[in-house]
Amino acid sequence: MTHKSVWDRGRARRVAAGALVALSAATLSACGDDGGNGTPQLTWYINNAAQEPLATACNEQAEGAYNITASLLPNNAAGQREQILRRLAAEDKTVDIVSIDPPYMPELANAGFLREFTEEEREEFSEGVLRGPLEQAIYEDTMFSAPFYGNTQLLWYKKSVAEEAGLDMENPVTWDQIIEAAEQTGTTVAVQGRRNESLMVWVNALVESAGGKILDEDSEGAEAEDVEAAISSEAGAEAARIMNAIAASEVSPPALSTAGEEESRAAFQAENGGFMVNWPYVWSAFDAAVEGGALPEDFKDDVAWTRYPQVVEGEESATPLGGIGLSVGAYSANPDAAVEAVRCLRSPESQKEYMMTAGDPGASEEIYDDPEIQEQFPMFAEIREGLTDAAPRPISPYYGDVTGAIQEGYHPPRSLSPERTPDATASLIEGVLSNDQLL
Amino acid sequence: MSTTIPAASAEVRAQVPDRSGKKPGITDRARKERTLGWMLAGPAFFVMLLTTGYPVLNAIWYSLFDFRLTDPDGRSFVGLGNYITILTDGLFWRQFGVTAAITIVTVVIEFVLGFALALVMHRALFLRKSVRTAILVPYGIITVVSAYAWQYAFTPAYGFVNPLLGTDRDWFGGTVPSLVVICLSEIWKTTPFMSLLLLAGLAQIPNDYLEAAKVDGATAWQRFSKVIVPNMKAAIMVALLFRTLDAFRIFDNVFIMTAGANGTETLSFLAYRQTITRVMIGLGSAVSVILAILVVLIAVLFVKGFKTNLAQQKGA
Repeated sequence: MTHKSVWDRGRARRVAAGALVALSAATLSACGDDGGNGTPQLTWYINNAAQEPLATACNEQAEGAYNITASLLPNNAAGQREQILRRLAAEDKTVDIVSIDPPYMPELANAGFLREFTEEEREEFSEGVLRGPLEQAIYEDTMFSAPFYGNTQLLWYKKSVAEEAGLDMENPVTWDQIIEAAEQTGTTVAVQGRRNESLMVWVNALVESAGGKILDEDSEGAEAEDVEAAISSEAGAEAARIMNAIAASEVSPPALSTAGEEESRAAFQAENGGFMVNWPYVWSAFDAAVEGGALPEDFKDDVAWTRYPQVVEGEESATPLGGIGLSVGAYSANPDAAVEAVRCLRSPESQKEYMMTAGDPGASEEIYDDPEIQEQFPMFAEIREGLTDAAPRPISPYYGDVTGAIQEGYHPPRSLSPERTPDATASLIEGVLSNDQLL
Repeated sequence: MSTTIPAASAEVRAQVPDRSGKKPGITDRARKERTLGWMLAGPAFFVMLLTTGYPVLNAIWYSLFDFRLTDPDGRSFVGLGNYITILTDGLFWRQFGVTAAITIVTVVIEFVLGFALALVMHRALFLRKSVRTAILVPYGIITVVSAYAWQYAFTPAYGFVNPLLGTDRDWFGGTVPSLVVICLSEIWKTTPFMSLLLLAGLAQIPNDYLEAAKVDGATAWQRFSKVIVPNMKAAIMVALLFRTLDAFRIFDNVFIMTAGANGTETLSFLAYRQTITRVMIGLGSAVSVILAILVVLIAVLFVKGFKTNLAQQKGA
């Protein structure tokens, strides 16, 4: 019996060793595989699975000029940034094309992780692109990201609520008017109060709408310790006041301090939902909820939208700006093929295709003239307007720290004070950037 | 008593070579066994040294620099500057407090519950295997998964806890309620581990002791406090030490449930934020080194506090 078990063990070991050799051989051959026929193999790190069909379509069009394989990044902005950053810091050659959330682009560009687009390419990828998405594709007068899609928030409201409160929605409305109307009608104002990037989007829109800035404009290319915060201002105080006015009153939806976009939508869909600021995807999400039976058939009949609310009456609001740009990794083995692929992936046809399937608004102006887009997105004019008048989040290689400090200083919304919050946040930003403070 | 018996035998063993001669002679057989031992364990030991030692030393080295991953050229030596920044920052001490609070609350409750469960598992007369399996199920669940499960359960919009309690409390909207849920999840998840370690200790107590105590007229409580607990000292220490070290490094539950919002950040989270989010390798390494030192301190305090020599427990 002992002999048998020893023999068994020996055989098991040989089998295991054999398996290991086979496995490593397979891995090695996979690494060395370049398609066999010289077709450049490109990897595109995508932030949304709905981008994958574009890769397939472009591969077909390329007829062997390149072959894109899509690789999905984590599902939140911070996680995406962390993975891209770690790969590029390790000089990962597989990062050929990457879908980047624009505020994080300067950090990568400044570190030399992204390939600069040439002047000709810049001209080509800027043509017909709306102002907002274009602005956030440029760092230090160089294009590092080709605008792919933009995104902006709108003010969504229930017609019946606005009517009951006597609010004239034909003209621009202010945050204060909305809060008052919600108070009068016993409804809520749904916003994103969760401590993540969506809170930063809200703070930035409020500060910019009040005519202020989070960072001093001259700080764009400055060394970390020389960056100056500008949020300690009247505008910063207004932002804190409005956020607090919603969070600390009856118009606050439940669990505001942990509410992201989906929680906001749920609050708006509720019986007492009145107003909401959110991205245009909610429109198709309402459809899905109606189809699924979660909402009554006629729910959308009572829903309307308008431009993002003003902070100062009579002064146009600075609309929030999101989106994705396509960048080429600095360590890519096939940068020329990657640029060629970017050309296809961000073509107006691809943008339209993506907008129809994923609901994210294209960056190029021309697609808003498309009848199909106009039919599926009745709010196309407001989206286009939003993308044009948008205020990008601070453009800085230290954006990660800036947004972290804002999310620390302006959270939770119900404890903000116009007197204290802006000063404390400004000194936190500067303290963190000069390495005197932890985050 | 098992604490003394092996200790005595170890002493005896240690004295044997002294008696036989000044220089303890090593037989050929012993030498060969030693060589074989090194040949067998050597590669693993070397690999372990390489994979744990190198990163540890590397982190200590990096902690002396102001080094941001996205600004490799801006790297500069700052000596103990990072440590000073950390130790003079209120945030560090606040998070130290949160971490300590979570550790103390969870370990105490886990210990009491774990002991009770260990006694149940030890004494179960029927369905013994099923009882043990049922108790161990939570420990088999991945922490991230259990964190999500608890988060969903307590979410005001669709969780089942609020309707069950008849409230509409926003559990993750404030520091204390968030920490309550985090601690509950932690306790639920790791009490089985505690009870497993305690069960091992219980199993080591010879039944004779308990019977002798019974014959002498000891009450159930006396048997528990005078016979069971003293004889389990080593097992109790191991259980408390392991859980304290684990609890002090808590990360997953906080990361999933609150992402550190509302003052629920712990020290591991601080290290994560500096190193991974902010890519401040120097500052983050310094936080990690401080965390490691605190962990070693806890271990030393436990071993000293319990006055137990684990090395002597081998023969028990």
